[in-house]
Amino acid sequence: MSVDDIVLDIRDLTTEFLVGGRWHAAVRGLSLALRRNETLAVVGESGSGKSVAALSLLRLLPQAGARIGGGEIRFAGRNLVALSEDDMAEIRGNAIAMIFQEPMTALNPTMTVGAQIAEAVLTHRRVSRAEAVVEAIRLLEEVRIPSAASRVHDYPHQFSGGMRQRVMIAMALACRPSVLLADEPTTALDVTIQAQVLALLSELKTAHGLAVLFITHNLGVVAQIADRVAVMHAGEVVELAPVGELFARPLHPYTAALLRAMPRVDVDSEDLEPIPGQVPSIAAVLPGCAFAPRCSFRQPGCVQERPPLVAIDAGHEHFVRCPVRAPAQEPTP
Amino acid sequence: MAAVSTAVARPSGLWLAFRRNRLSWVGLVLLAAIVLIAALAPLIAPYDPIEQHIAYRLEPPSAEFLLGTDTYGRDVLSRLIHGARISLIVAFAAVAIAMVVGTFIGVVSGYVGGMFDQVMMGVLDVKLAFPTLLLGLMIAAILGASLENLIIAIAVTEIAPFARIARAPTIALKQRDFIEAGRALGFGPLRIMGVHILPNMIADVVVMGSLWMATAIRTEASLSFIGLGVKPPTPTWGGMIREGFENILTAWWLAVFPSLAILLTVLALNLLGDALRDAIDPKLRAE
Repeated sequence: MSVDDIVLDIRDLTTEFLVGGRWHAAVRGLSLALRRNETLAVVGESGSGKSVAALSLLRLLPQAGARIGGGEIRFAGRNLVALSEDDMAEIRGNAIAMIFQEPMTALNPTMTVGAQIAEAVLTHRRVSRAEAVVEAIRLLEEVRIPSAASRVHDYPHQFSGGMRQRVMIAMALACRPSVLLADEPTTALDVTIQAQVLALLSELKTAHGLAVLFITHNLGVVAQIADRVAVMHAGEVVELAPVGELFARPLHPYTAALLRAMPRVDVDSEDLEPIPGQVPSIAAVLPGCAFAPRCSFRQPGCVQERPPLVAIDAGHEHFVRCPVRAPAQEPTP
Repeated sequence: MAAVSTAVARPSGLWLAFRRNRLSWVGLVLLAAIVLIAALAPLIAPYDPIEQHIAYRLEPPSAEFLLGTDTYGRDVLSRLIHGARISLIVAFAAVAIAMVVGTFIGVVSGYVGGMFDQVMMGVLDVKLAFPTLLLGLMIAAILGASLENLIIAIAVTEIAPFARIARAPTIALKQRDFIEAGRALGFGPLRIMGVHILPNMIADVVVMGSLWMATAIRTEASLSFIGLGVKPPTPTWGGMIREGFENILTAWWLAVFPSLAILLTVLALNLLGDALRDAIDPKLRAE
């Protein structure tokens, strides 16, 4: 791992919500380094805190009842957590862009797609509107929208779901960001369109040297797009590994359970194996491992103290947070 | 660069959609005719609107006085034509002011939310609690009687409904994904309000505007009648109705013709408002 390649460095990030008059952490001590030209997939079931983590990075949490409780987000030599709202607005869309889950509703129905992309260009760049429209056409071509020059004047409802997601991607790329946050961008699409959009994202990642944080609950998608994978459960990373390593050697019981719950064509099994229980509520603070109540490997020690995330290989690429499957020999780097 | 020129010519899409609607033509022609009549009043009015023909008081419609004469022997048609000027200016100006100010308050209040919203809406509720006429009366009485003050008084009475009508869709729109996406693109609050919220709700406000113009004409009538509007003998439609109302049983033409004028104007405005709403909505515009 080269330190120079790290674009976005999340250190010990905690995001809290106000529930019943008390602050509860939805993201607990998240540390992730996002590198140039890589796709880091964040997987986990609903409620694991993955979307909240992405929104925290752009400080887009609702103003009332949510806060970043601690930690740092290092980006371009600055700590995003400490920036003023004005400085933060300058970074949003410009250096760090985000694409959303629902392409059907994430576009303004009253504006042509060209005008919306142009608006994104105009927000951060000093160009004329005519130049911005030309740039919008170029961006639509870049995301492979056929006859971009005429479609630039169409409205969102004249586009299909996959095409709208391409428009969203074009908007996100309008200001040449170095980091792209993708919050389940293909969940609302059917599989063939999903594959096309994923291929496009990979291509754009390589072309622009983007650092992509790809949030999903779909392990099939992870296998297609990710370079590295972070598995989240109850607001913390339980396992972090290169994608091949994770699928070949899942160590955390939660990761293993997730993989067993995934339908596969290459394995002949009658039934999928669901994971018992659910992600604990953020109001239920457990002293030990948050997965312990659902875990088949549970030992008495698991519920006493929170296990650290430890490297289990010499290259420091595979991290696991489990005292049973990966006992701590050295502290987290 | 061909693409740029079509982008510049874009507003024609709105115009095309507007043109397709037949009723919009009726509204447009009607309103254009009324505006033209008002603009050319001195040229087309057969008589001086304040000249009194004492010998011909309360004449019914005839070849000489097409719409009859009033209690002072003034020609109703001439007064109606000249009255169009005042009534239209007052209604347009007052509603325009109320629409701009009210929409601004409503959008900002709805978007900012929280304590600010509560206080703003509280103030507007207090304002709404006063009857329109009473409020207009108070303002006109404080400012004094003149055309400008009449416009201000009517505008103030209509700010609250516009703010209310603008606030509700703003709050609903605020939750939409494209607002969140806009924030993720680094749009400031003003840009979001101007680019994402306003175009998505302006149709409601415009249609409301055409309806409230009728109320503005009515309020103008009431205030003028009390003597806090435009001073007699300057003709206004509202003033004419009030004057004619006393003689409705003996001289029906005094109140009926100005009422018809208001009715036609309001009808024209409503047709235009509806057509505009349909033209603004891109879903109805698309082939």
